Amino acid sequence: MTLLKVAGLNKRFGGVIAAKGVTFELEAGDMLAIIGPNGAGKSTTFNMVGGQLRPDSGEVLLADKPVSGLAPRDVWRRGIGRTFQIAQTFVSMSVAENVQMALISWHGRILSFGARAQTLYRSEALDLLDLVGMRDDADRPVRELAYGDVKRVELAIALASAPKLLLMDEPTAGMAPKERSQLMDITATIARQRKIGVLFTEHDMDAVFAHADRILVLVRGEIIADGKPDEVRANARVKQVYLGDMGVAAAMRARRGRA
Amino acid sequence: MTEPLLTIRNLSAAYGMASVLFDVSLEARRGEVVALMGRNGAGKTTTLKAIIGMVEAKAEALSFSGHDIRKLPSYRIARLGLGYVPEERRIFTDLTVQENLDVGRRPARDGREAWTLERLCAIFPNLAEMEGRRASAMSGGEQQMLTIARTLMGNPDMVLLDEPSEGLAPVIVEQMAEAVVAMKATGIAVLLCEQNLHFAAAVSDRAYVIEKGAIRFSGTMVELEANDEVREAYLTV
Amino acid sequence: MDLSFVIIQSLSGLASASSLFIIASGLTIVFGVTRIVNFAHGSLYMLGGYLGVTIVPLLLDVDRSLPMFLLGVLISALIVGAVGALMEILLLRRIYHVPELFQLLATFGVVLIVQDLVIKVWGAVEIPGPRAPSLRHGVFILDQRFPAYELFLIAAGLVVLAGLWLLMQKTRFGVLIRAATQDREMVAALGVNQAWLFTGTLFLGAFLAGLGGALQIPRVAINTQMDISIITEVFVVTVIGGMGSVPGAFIAALIIGQLQAFGILIFPKITLVLVFLLMAVVLVIKPWGLFGKPDASAGRAILPEGILSLKRFGTVDNLVAGVAIAVLLALPVFGDNYMIKVGIEVLVLALAAFSLHFLIGVGGIVSFGHAAYFGIGAYAAGLLVTRLGFAMEPALILAPLIAGAFAALFGYFIVRLSGIYLAMLTLAFAQIVYAVCFQWVDLTGGDNGVVGVWPSGWATSRQVYFYLVLAFTLSAIIALRHAIYTPFGYALRAARDSATRADAIGIDVRRIRWFAFTLSGAAAGLAGGLYSFSKGSIDPTMISIPMSVDFLVMVLLGGIQTVMGPLVGAAAFHSIKDFFMPLTDFWRMFLGASIILMVLVFPRGIAGAASLLTDRFKPNPKPLGLPA
Repeated sequence: MTLLKVAGLNKRFGGVIAAKGVTFELEAGDMLAIIGPNGAGKSTTFNMVGGQLRPDSGEVLLADKPVSGLAPRDVWRRGIGRTFQIAQTFVSMSVAENVQMALISWHGRILSFGARAQTLYRSEALDLLDLVGMRDDADRPVRELAYGDVKRVELAIALASAPKLLLMDEPTAGMAPKERSQLMDITATIARQRKIGVLFTEHDMDAVFAHADRILVLVRGEIIADGKPDEVRANARVKQVYLGDMGVAAAMRARRGRA
Repeated sequence: MTEPLLTIRNLSAAYGMASVLFDVSLEARRGEVVALMGRNGAGKTTTLKAIIGMVEAKAEALSFSGHDIRKLPSYRIARLGLGYVPEERRIFTDLTVQENLDVGRRPARDGREAWTLERLCAIFPNLAEMEGRRASAMSGGEQQMLTIARTLMGNPDMVLLDEPSEGLAPVIVEQMAEAVVAMKATGIAVLLCEQNLHFAAAVSDRAYVIEKGAIRFSGTMVELEANDEVREAYLTV
Repeated sequence: MDLSFVIIQSLSGLASASSLFIIASGLTIVFGVTRIVNFAHGSLYMLGGYLGVTIVPLLLDVDRSLPMFLLGVLISALIVGAVGALMEILLLRRIYHVPELFQLLATFGVVLIVQDLVIKVWGAVEIPGPRAPSLRHGVFILDQRFPAYELFLIAAGLVVLAGLWLLMQKTRFGVLIRAATQDREMVAALGVNQAWLFTGTLFLGAFLAGLGGALQIPRVAINTQMDISIITEVFVVTVIGGMGSVPGAFIAALIIGQLQAFGILIFPKITLVLVFLLMAVVLVIKPWGLFGKPDASAGRAILPEGILSLKRFGTVDNLVAGVAIAVLLALPVFGDNYMIKVGIEVLVLALAAFSLHFLIGVGGIVSFGHAAYFGIGAYAAGLLVTRLGFAMEPALILAPLIAGAFAALFGYFIVRLSGIYLAMLTLAFAQIVYAVCFQWVDLTGGDNGVVGVWPSGWATSRQVYFYLVLAFTLSAIIALRHAIYTPFGYALRAARDSATRADAIGIDVRRIRWFAFTLSGAAAGLAGGLYSFSKGSIDPTMISIPMSVDFLVMVLLGGIQTVMGPLVGAAAFHSIKDFFMPLTDFWRMFLGASIILMVLVFPRGIAGAASLLTDRFKPNPKPLGLPA
């Protein structure tokens, strides 16, 4: 069974077409990267899968069940966890409490007035932190961590609901170069072990080509390429999109008389 | 050799905890067009914002026209003759085209000829007929022209130009390239952020390539064009 | 209703709309450029009135003519404009980057200072102004008499509208104001010195406030309550119109003028309620007002202003708490009546402040009208006892329930908003409650309130009542404190830290906030109920804006990053107030200056300053900012 099916998503903002017939699939355990220039519609596509945006038309199916149009909360309940371009964590809490908060919510215990939040699901939280290599920092305030570590905590938070699909918006943005591959390695390992599908957008092409099983190239809301990293790298259309139109340069040069 | 117009030495910047720039160094001389190349997210925009004082940054040196601009507020930097054209254009959409230009107007320095609507129209012919129009009613390409024109009204010695070709139709991109050439012809230096290699190559004298917040290449534009390795590694996918 | 009556009624609505617009346009322009809601705008209006009744008669002595009258009004407005410019240079310039709560408080500090200054200079009695020469007569419209001055006011509103339009469209200053309202940062990048632009804007805004005030002198006797009464109306106009939008302020003033003119025929007592209801409805449908735009700088928060780390009580804390409770238990035995009275008041205020801190410190919900729930509790208890013959015990149980019910009702609207709009809506709801208690004289005794709210026989002695208050407030504080440590308290804090993340892990942010608001309102209501029995009376000051501000000051004084700080803040604040107020005629000036000083120097409060000091000596104290 295909984990995620995205079929014919369309979205307009005023006169701007942000997504046009976006269609793709993702298998459990696979990492799928969406790349493209700024304004290509990556975030729009992403937010339509995550429930932050409602598509004008088209469908998103998670394990054959529709999730498009649901509120983010409900999308999360159905098994889609996510991380954000700028890591979203609870800065006034410790690392463990951040993960515990997600576990408390997942288990429906938010209104348990008899309990002390600090003691709930602590060992489960520590296990998740172990997975992302942050167990030793469990009791540090999250606001004191290096940003790369905050990103890992965020990954643990997203894993608390045992998601089938993980959405990661620019997972390595803002990280120091050596932290980047570490985070992507951890993510890939977890995805394979737990059969989680990962859909991510990314600017860092090293990260994309090293870790994506497949790559989608989005330009002006349309998918212009979908394939294995090597295929995408060799795609002439993709190259042209990234380097710009030759015609312009030729015309300019002719005028300036420069070689 | 004369001192460069703009000097940046070991510039680092972060948005809160997220580091974006690592020891970026570059310089530009008077009247020179310098391209800062890199894919999106590489740190181009942050570099420009750090120069103009919109993003807090640390640097060993950051000087323009002989002035240390590290601690100066944006408006003082702008008054030294450094113009900034943001990627998102940031047109005042509630204002007319003429009013947008008025906001940018500053007296010319050193007895040079001040920019006027007529002079601007020589570069951007479309502007002439839109003087009284609301900026919100303009197309993307027209807005891009307006944002450059607005900055030129401040009679700058140098313009920081962030991705002027982005999202524009080829014929408009060509106009943008001509605008850069025209600016250079009047003696204005340009620091041009681009991912479009062909656009940058057509107008620039020298180039830097930035990737993950650090400079990976610097040289003449001709050298960059000849360097397949750098191009493959940092500019294409 | 015949036609002439409708026309007259609607003309008088236009006249008040016109005054309202003149004042509100100033507030909205200032907000648009500086992003500060200037509480002192009402004070500038009042100042315009006082200057008007001083200057205009002098000029009329020279020549009793309309031009002289107008010249006097203009001079008054210009002086107020200069005061506004001075205020920008001395105060606002220093607080552009502090959180909205502090901005509101600091400008409220100016309100307090101006109040005392005005009394010092002009005295506390109201001053009737001169009538305008040539406009003293009535004009007959369809056989109904209508004051000529009201027609003049309508014209004045239109002249101001036209003048503002010309200024905004035809001058460089106006173009810069409009540009800065949209994107301040870009305006600076184009070489515009914001300092002068902001000073000029404040001059313009204050000028309009002063003009509005000076134009009132033939209509109303100038008095020391003008500032607060106008500022709430003006807030409503700007919020409905959309903060920063001059046309919005104009349309909103028109709507409100007509609503008041005709509403008074249908619901004579509750025109204010109608106005505030309109505001609530508009904000729910259009959260940024009719012509407003989402605030581009909304995401500027660095670290949340509130509790940053929850610790359990350590040995020292337990010791301090133990000593405090022992002292409290011993107080009725060893203290005199005065000390017991102050003790009761401190306990009650501590609960109220703690409940507010629950909203602000934990939930990030900055309520500027917390006195509403305190007051509802007090009035509920007081009215149940005096009007319906309830005993104290059931009244004390019902007080928090009724206050909680109102908090749930108002909170339903409030938690949909954020930032400055949320603060202003809490303020507006508090003013509804205030207006009802003030205007519904038959039930509430109006300004005088109701006396005879006494405890049951067994609790009449001060000592016993003290223990009763101690038991109630202590249990409520312990319960609220417990809630902070439960999953609910964590979820509330989670929603404050990152609503996006909270939403992404299935927390229903709005519902959690609503619940917290209700809970906090109920706790404040309990405090209010206890307070009414200790005073033996109820009156509208318990619901007034100064009361809400007192609560905020207690929270800030104690430090909003600490859990127990508000208790210290309440004790410190009330002791200082109780000690100093009888000694000075300038209590408000002192308080206002202290608030401003606190915002400028110690935004983290006493306890916050102390913990900052201790943090200095810990290894690795460097707190990091968050991504913008």
